[in-house]
Amino acid sequence: MNDEIVREFLVESSENLDSLDRELVLLEKDPLNKDTLSGVFRTIHTIKGTCGFLGFSKLESVAHVGESLLNKLRDGVLALTPEITTALLQMVDAIRQMLDSIDKTGGEGERDDFALVQLLTELQCDVPVNPKTAEVVRAPEPVPMLSEGPVPTIGEILIGKGAASASDIASAMRIQNEGDPRHLGEILVERGSVKPHEIVEALQTQQAARAGASESSIRVDVALLNKLMNLVGELVLARNQILQFSNATEDAAIVAPSRRLNLLTAELQEGVMKTRMQPIGYIWEKFPRTVRDIATHCGKQVRIEMAGKETELDKTIIEAIKAPLTHLVRNSLDHGIERPEARVAAGKRAEGCLTLRAYHQDGQVNIEIADDGAGLELAKIKRKAVERGLLSPEKVAQLSERDAVNLIFLPGLSTADTVTNVSGRGVGMDVVKTNIEKIGGTVDVTTKPGQGTTVKMKIPLTLAIIPGLVVLCGDKRFVVPQISLIELVRIEAGQARTGIEMVHGAPVYRLRGRLLPLIYLDRELKIEKKSETGATRDGVVNMVVLRAGGRQFGLLVDEIRDTEEIVVKPLGRLLKSITTFSGATIMGDGKVALILDVLGLAQRAGIFSEVHDRAVLEAAPEKKEKTQEMQTFLLFNGPDKARMAIHLGALARLEEFPASRVEKSGEQSVIQYRGKILPLIHLENALKERRGARRSPALPTPADALSIQVLVCHHEGQAIGLVVEQILDIVEDRAEVKSPATRPGVLCAVVIENRVTELLDLQAILQAAVGAHEEELAGVSG
Amino acid sequence: MGNSQQFCTFYLANCLFGIEISKVQEVLQHLELTEVPLAPSTIRGVMNLRGQIVIAVDLRRSLELPEQPPGKTPIHVVVRTAEDAVSLLVDEIGDVVEVGEQTFEPPPETLRGRVRSMILGVHQLNERLMHVLDVEKVCQITEEGESSISGR
Repeated sequence: MNDEIVREFLVESSENLDSLDRELVLLEKDPLNKDTLSGVFRTIHTIKGTCGFLGFSKLESVAHVGESLLNKLRDGVLALTPEITTALLQMVDAIRQMLDSIDKTGGEGERDDFALVQLLTELQCDVPVNPKTAEVVRAPEPVPMLSEGPVPTIGEILIGKGAASASDIASAMRIQNEGDPRHLGEILVERGSVKPHEIVEALQTQQAARAGASESSIRVDVALLNKLMNLVGELVLARNQILQFSNATEDAAIVAPSRRLNLLTAELQEGVMKTRMQPIGYIWEKFPRTVRDIATHCGKQVRIEMAGKETELDKTIIEAIKAPLTHLVRNSLDHGIERPEARVAAGKRAEGCLTLRAYHQDGQVNIEIADDGAGLELAKIKRKAVERGLLSPEKVAQLSERDAVNLIFLPGLSTADTVTNVSGRGVGMDVVKTNIEKIGGTVDVTTKPGQGTTVKMKIPLTLAIIPGLVVLCGDKRFVVPQISLIELVRIEAGQARTGIEMVHGAPVYRLRGRLLPLIYLDRELKIEKKSETGATRDGVVNMVVLRAGGRQFGLLVDEIRDTEEIVVKPLGRLLKSITTFSGATIMGDGKVALILDVLGLAQRAGIFSEVHDRAVLEAAPEKKEKTQEMQTFLLFNGPDKARMAIHLGALARLEEFPASRVEKSGEQSVIQYRGKILPLIHLENALKERRGARRSPALPTPADALSIQVLVCHHEGQAIGLVVEQILDIVEDRAEVKSPATRPGVLCAVVIENRVTELLDLQAILQAAVGAHEEELAGVSG
Repeated sequence: MGNSQQFCTFYLANCLFGIEISKVQEVLQHLELTEVPLAPSTIRGVMNLRGQIVIAVDLRRSLELPEQPPGKTPIHVVVRTAEDAVSLLVDEIGDVVEVGEQTFEPPPETLRGRVRSMILGVHQLNERLMHVLDVEKVCQITEEGESSISGR
């Protein structure tokens, strides 16, 4: 037997079976939908035909009775009942199992489907029939000529173009059905209903549609796509190297082509990434069936709604989120949505609703699974956590509502009163969380008593090329995935000695009133170097605040470099058991840098241990008081040492440049920044301007300052740098408004950390500065 | 010679070793290695081989031979294994030799334990013994060595 034909049959059939699941559930809701019914019939018919040809007789016999049953439904002899749907779904399962077995062993496997065949046969008549009469049913039924996919018939095209009326077509078809061997078009032309050239045009339209349906897509081996992706990754690296070189030269012969190379590579990268993208609907397709089965099993009524099916994700990510998503859907049905009587008693519709939503946001994909069920019972969750000995009663009492919700992610916690075969075994939510975090995603749960629970996931689009922060430990470079990064903290020499404390033998740092467990990268990775981290000549400690497994911790490194787009490559199998690295990448200089696995590192360092729990807990009461309406501000010194603040969210980055790098472009001081020109606004000038004073053309940076500190923000799609005297700190505070602004450019005066601070009106300042700049340009050209 | 085989040969501490030539992808020198913290000592690091991340195994350490004197640059013999390419660090590269089955003998009794399992056997060449290396076994032991070390 030809292996390739069998393989093609398997691939095609498994896709068809998935759509069968969906269509059967759809059909149950709308039993009179002829299109769906024909679709189901066609699929089974195809499977039956092919497996008969390939000699899979068991498969054929099951598909055959199913087909006969479907035929009766289609002819309107039988009406669809829930029993018939269930039997047909069982048939789909049986076919799927046999296909699996063919895939693995080459044969259909030892199985007895007599009961199923019997059931499907019985359902065809009201009275049970014996197997012998079942043979009679096997009379060959006429197989209709099935048009492939969405190719329209000639009649449809003619009606669509207005060349013929529906009644003309109908009567022509009647003549054809009565035995006229001619084509529909010939009959129509002869009867004078349609002009010959219209038939020709209609045939061409049909031809084009047919070509579109079958030729616009091809099957491609995933291995080939992976190879292409690798090659593009290579190209990206080679381009980076060339750009480094060409940026340093002014020779047009190299600059122009390397710019072109840059553009082409970016486009190619995007194109190849797209080929690996799959719509999330690909995994959602299976859920209507899952929902139906579980709902029937638990005696619940559930409707499933989906939005954003077409949202695309990289294939590897699709694979990775399949199991967690299925788990969450099961959970919602089993624990979330109540039984119909309970729902009616609570004043809700008897039918529960499960909503799946997916959409793109900030270069990530958000997926929401929401039910309108009973919501989580926080008291019960807290009690369980204490009963299982996961937390002490005192600790539980201190938990905020949000933290209590997050308890469901603890291993070994299940709130289901009884263990069902669907869920409630206490494994699950923790696994869901780990799996999502493994691919760099986050999970968040919100719940309202009596109104339902929503699980929201944020997933990266792709794993192949990710932004990462390069850090140094000794002379070694490591990459921290940007997605785990919260903030960068520079602990000055003086603060380092007092800021880093030991709690229960574990190093912690008090960051804005909260204790952060610390990991020394050099100690954790056993890197030997001349000086310990933090013991460098200037005594400055660089800390990267990271998030993993729902915890935050500080990673102490020697130096923090820039962020880069990196191409993630797997480490070979010989190193796969090292959990502190998730892969490697090739840097611009051609050398290899290892990518840190933040979760693995945290686990190795024991961040999740009891010691750290206690350490964090000790800081918890303080944190609790402050969580109300907290805002994050950047504190800095403005002109004349004025203490000023700005909402951190408004800023893109904080930078420090040597003063010598500031250049002039006309009146505007600018700086070259990340391959672009960044206009600089001096806060001093901006505030003066607002007062209406003449702008001083000279650079106001004090002559003795060797460097300038810049807040980089985005205004109307352009990056703008705001030069300030000195960046002080990032703080969280309630910032109560004490008094209105005393000068323009300032929103109001607030109290932050017990000191009066002016809150800068960033928008107004940027607006004014850009306006002034444009005026200037207009003046020059006019 | 009916069943002759070609071997790529190399030297480690003055001993001659051979790998079946079909397994050898290429021989290289001067590749920059990036050390991998926490990795077993037999893994010297990872390197960029035309965009592929390739692990470099110190064959001297794998075979429990004395360390190479400092200052000498090792040579990379890149071999294809069942899963990915691996670079074996050797002292010096030798000729490609063709040998027949008749010169093959099981590994000498003097080899013991772990090392013995990595040697398939020896071929008697002109006045020299060529040890035939089992590449898959070397990788397997390197991988296991990892788990035993991290479990320490």
